[in-house]
Amino acid sequence: MRADLIALLPELMLATLAMAVLLAGLASGKARHGLLGAGAVLALAATGVTLWLAAGATDPGAHFFSGMFVLDHFAIFFKALFLLTAALVVLLSHDYLKRNDYRPGEYLALVMFATVGMMTMASGVNLAVIYVGLELMALSTYILAGYFRREVKSHEAAAKYFVLGAMSSGILLYGLSLIYGATGTLDLATLARVLASAKPGPSALVGVALLACGFLFKVAAVPFHVWTPDVYEGAPTPITAFMSVGPKAAAFAMFLRVFIGGLAPLAASWIWLVGVAAALTMIWGNVAALTQDNVKRMLAYSSIAHAGYALVGLVAGGPAGVNSVLFYMLVYTVTNIGAFGFVILLESRGYAGETVADYAGLARRHPAAAFGMLLFMLSLGGIPPTAGFMGKLYLFAAAVNAGYVWLVVVAVLMSAVSLYYYLRIVLQMYLREGDGAEPATLVAAPWTERVIWACGVAVLVIGLLPAPFLAAARAMAGAVGLL
Amino acid sequence: MLDLLWLVPALPLAGALALLAGALRFGKRTTTAIGVGSAGLTLAAVAAILVQYAGMHGETVARHVFNWISAGDVTVDFALRLDPLSAVMLSFVTLVGFVIHVYSIGYMHTEGDRAYARFFAYLNLFMFAMLTLVLGANLVVMFIGWEGVGLCSYLLIGFYFDKEYCAAAGIKAFVVNRIGDFGFLLAIFWAFKVFGTVDFAGMATALAADPGRYAAAVTPIALLLFVGAIGKSAQLPLYVWLPDAMAGPTPVSALIHAATMVTAGVYMVVRCNFIYRLSPTAMLVVAAVGGVTAIFAATIGLAQNDIKKVLAYSTVSQLGYMFLAAGAGAFAGGIFHVFTHAFFKACLFLGAGSVIHACSGEQDMRRMGGLAKKIPVTYWTFMVATLALCGIPPFAGFFSKDEILGRVFAAGAGNLNGFGASYLVLWALGLAAAFLTAFYMFRAVYMTFHGEFRGTPEQWHHVHESPGTMTWPLKILAAGSALVGLLGVGTAITFGTDLNWFESFLHRVAPTVEVEHAPALATEWVLILLSVAVALAGILLARRFYSGAEAFAAPQRMAERAPAVYAAVANKYYVDEAYDRAVVRPLGKLARFSWKGIDTIAIDGTLNASAFFTEIAGDLLRFLQTGNVRNYALFVLCGALAAAAWLLL
Repeated sequence: MRADLIALLPELMLATLAMAVLLAGLASGKARHGLLGAGAVLALAATGVTLWLAAGATDPGAHFFSGMFVLDHFAIFFKALFLLTAALVVLLSHDYLKRNDYRPGEYLALVMFATVGMMTMASGVNLAVIYVGLELMALSTYILAGYFRREVKSHEAAAKYFVLGAMSSGILLYGLSLIYGATGTLDLATLARVLASAKPGPSALVGVALLACGFLFKVAAVPFHVWTPDVYEGAPTPITAFMSVGPKAAAFAMFLRVFIGGLAPLAASWIWLVGVAAALTMIWGNVAALTQDNVKRMLAYSSIAHAGYALVGLVAGGPAGVNSVLFYMLVYTVTNIGAFGFVILLESRGYAGETVADYAGLARRHPAAAFGMLLFMLSLGGIPPTAGFMGKLYLFAAAVNAGYVWLVVVAVLMSAVSLYYYLRIVLQMYLREGDGAEPATLVAAPWTERVIWACGVAVLVIGLLPAPFLAAARAMAGAVGLL
Repeated sequence: MLDLLWLVPALPLAGALALLAGALRFGKRTTTAIGVGSAGLTLAAVAAILVQYAGMHGETVARHVFNWISAGDVTVDFALRLDPLSAVMLSFVTLVGFVIHVYSIGYMHTEGDRAYARFFAYLNLFMFAMLTLVLGANLVVMFIGWEGVGLCSYLLIGFYFDKEYCAAAGIKAFVVNRIGDFGFLLAIFWAFKVFGTVDFAGMATALAADPGRYAAAVTPIALLLFVGAIGKSAQLPLYVWLPDAMAGPTPVSALIHAATMVTAGVYMVVRCNFIYRLSPTAMLVVAAVGGVTAIFAATIGLAQNDIKKVLAYSTVSQLGYMFLAAGAGAFAGGIFHVFTHAFFKACLFLGAGSVIHACSGEQDMRRMGGLAKKIPVTYWTFMVATLALCGIPPFAGFFSKDEILGRVFAAGAGNLNGFGASYLVLWALGLAAAFLTAFYMFRAVYMTFHGEFRGTPEQWHHVHESPGTMTWPLKILAAGSALVGLLGVGTAITFGTDLNWFESFLHRVAPTVEVEHAPALATEWVLILLSVAVALAGILLARRFYSGAEAFAAPQRMAERAPAVYAAVANKYYVDEAYDRAVVRPLGKLARFSWKGIDTIAIDGTLNASAFFTEIAGDLLRFLQTGNVRNYALFVLCGALAAAAWLLL
């Protein structure tokens, strides 16, 4: 029991501290942005330290809570990534909430609760545990998407997200129950054994298909991506940043854990399903992004496309494939948060500064921030020496080595297409003169700028010196294949 | 201290980054503190490292800085290697580099703050790249440095980029170097394919273990590496960029285009001597290119009137000597000449800079003369360095040049690799080049410093000695030009006693290829006396032609008697014109065709068409994104049904 609690300590700690932040937010009369923000960041940092201590105190191969929960290297990698994501989002939100005059208490607590859910997803080796984590994350994000209650678009986003999310949960649960009915277990290791020993019946196959659909919904893959553009556009921008990296990475964690782990014996059946979804996602996401004039919407389609790239690594499978997905999640997280940070920086009031034309001439007036955005755009497009290049390189190399050349051909062609809309922003910033009366009057946003700086440095460092990060991802990826 | 080897390239890099980051804001004082300070700290670090290294009997120290690339079987570490060869290079690169940084304070002081900061940023960046090149423990790290120095060379040649010929010279240097770099790259790929590693130690071990296995690959790899060296070290036929590179500020000419970067090719050949010594063909090619370049460039130097151009052709010629040495198996001898040449050629260039500075920017020697009285420090240091370059004992150049000619003669007489006759011819060329060198250098001395001033009285009035930041570097380098030769006194000079510290220090990493029958002591003495006599003859001839009452009369008569020959030499044998006709213009035509024909019509057309259809597809997808949540739900449902159906069927 004691060992169980130690393994769960990071989640327990973060949940407790989230409640403390919630209460503190309610107790403080007027909105204490600085205090609560600092509290949230400290809570996330403390959880990180706890995670480190808990990881040291437990055996990475051990199972806890009757075999439902693990704290292996794979889980540790993702948890650390989630904590980093949450901390960056909290920092991005600071100036934004203050400027738009929304109370920070509940907001920050919800971000932290969502993080607890994500962490649970990464550790669960039982489908029920994973589902509980998934719902905790999803419910928190539904509310966060609608947090700006004075904005109609924010309402709309929350409502759409909730309705479609509930539907996908239904599909996912139906899949789970079919699998349980066919095999009699929700434990991933047992599931793998049972599926390997006998030829699976139709109910198990339908279960797997529906499970895949539920997961593809969470990573926003075609054709289950339809909610993404509307929700990303309507949600408060820091939450969009959060949704585009945190829950997506969490969904990939469970995708890897369940499909590469528990459902590996059925790989022959699902691999084509996922492969085709990956190809469709890359094509649809990139092509649709071409015609967007709203930067948030463009980034929404871009994040759909990136889910497609990461699915390529999942299809490749094996240690190299899993390793490349982990590395890509890290790369994508710092890049995308940086890019959204820049959008936030430009949104001076309400929803101004969102269209591509607003970016004209920014390089001249804000050289440092524009340079950061240049790096993020190059990284998303996969141009060296940025992190995005290395991320794509390892993803595609894994897929080629696994024999999925056709998928990589699609991915590379679509990467070329994506350069059009990424470089359009660069073009506006660097080569177009702004007309005198600029709507994008920037107000001071020191923390947003710091996040952009940090992400910019990370994009360059990972791009130039990928080896240590790759080694970390490689060490962490080892656990997933052998549950 | 050896664990801090990474500091050596890191310090100038930090300086460069700080200056680039602050380039818009820093005043001259801050720039000087950062730019010269980082070069000084580098020199201090190198001094500390070398003091410690001196006690280690020349063993190889490898320091792994970080694992840089690892993909499949390819692993490239950012690793540094300190051995006698890189130690020698480190010593003079940092010393001469620092001295030239100091000199630049005075030379560049008339520039604006921003240009001044830009200059020192590039100079620091160059130091970083050069030190990376020297310390790299494998071909890839060396190549980073190699490209880095090329970039800095380009940036600094085109430093006055608002002048068209400067920008053009920068581009020329860059493009010509690309040709060489391409060869170098192919060599790296080939080496990796054959040896499975690009690490110097790893390749040497593999070759030592089983030379027969790699016999077929050794010659092509060596030749491709040499193509790289030809580009970087300005040898025939790719030397054309170096004379034009004199468009850069004079400290740059001294540092990059005389003392350090251009010797990188020699360094690389010597670094890879374990490959070259297995390929007699490659050795002969290296020697032949070097020997022919030495005499070819020396003849062009005879008729140049721009003081920096004379020195530039002299550099090309001296680099030829270095390759001649390497090709004759005298790897340590080649490096020794690199070492001494760094001192006296840097001194000459800085002296030329001081002269130009004194004459308010005048570079044409026909409008100089008699400057010795007005700028004595410049004159005397220039004189010492000239004597060193001419090979007059006991100045540094005498020992290194004599070593080279002696070794080449020995290779000829001892029939090295069965190419004895060829080496004897190359020796004769080298000897003739020594004569020409002495002649054109003293021609420059007489035209610049002696006789009557031939410029305007106003210019004469302005002639002044340079400030201390410029004369002290001259004095230091002149002292070096006079003394450093004593580090490598040939055994014949000491009648068989081995006092050649330089060669024995390098013996572990670059042992000289010994011929079976070394020439007798008497023969060697004859050779030494011959080379000194040849140099003296050149000096005396220059004195007859260019000083006294009859100055310029004799060369004038000769030019009139053989106008075609004179025109050919003065116009550098029309090589630039021939390249323009044979390479540049056809390439220009091809480029124009690619642009107008292929690019605009074929590629752009295809691209625009596909972009058009992609955009239509994007609009279609946009149409599907109705914003209506019922439609979205239908979408999800259809997807789920399709997925389930797929797995079932």
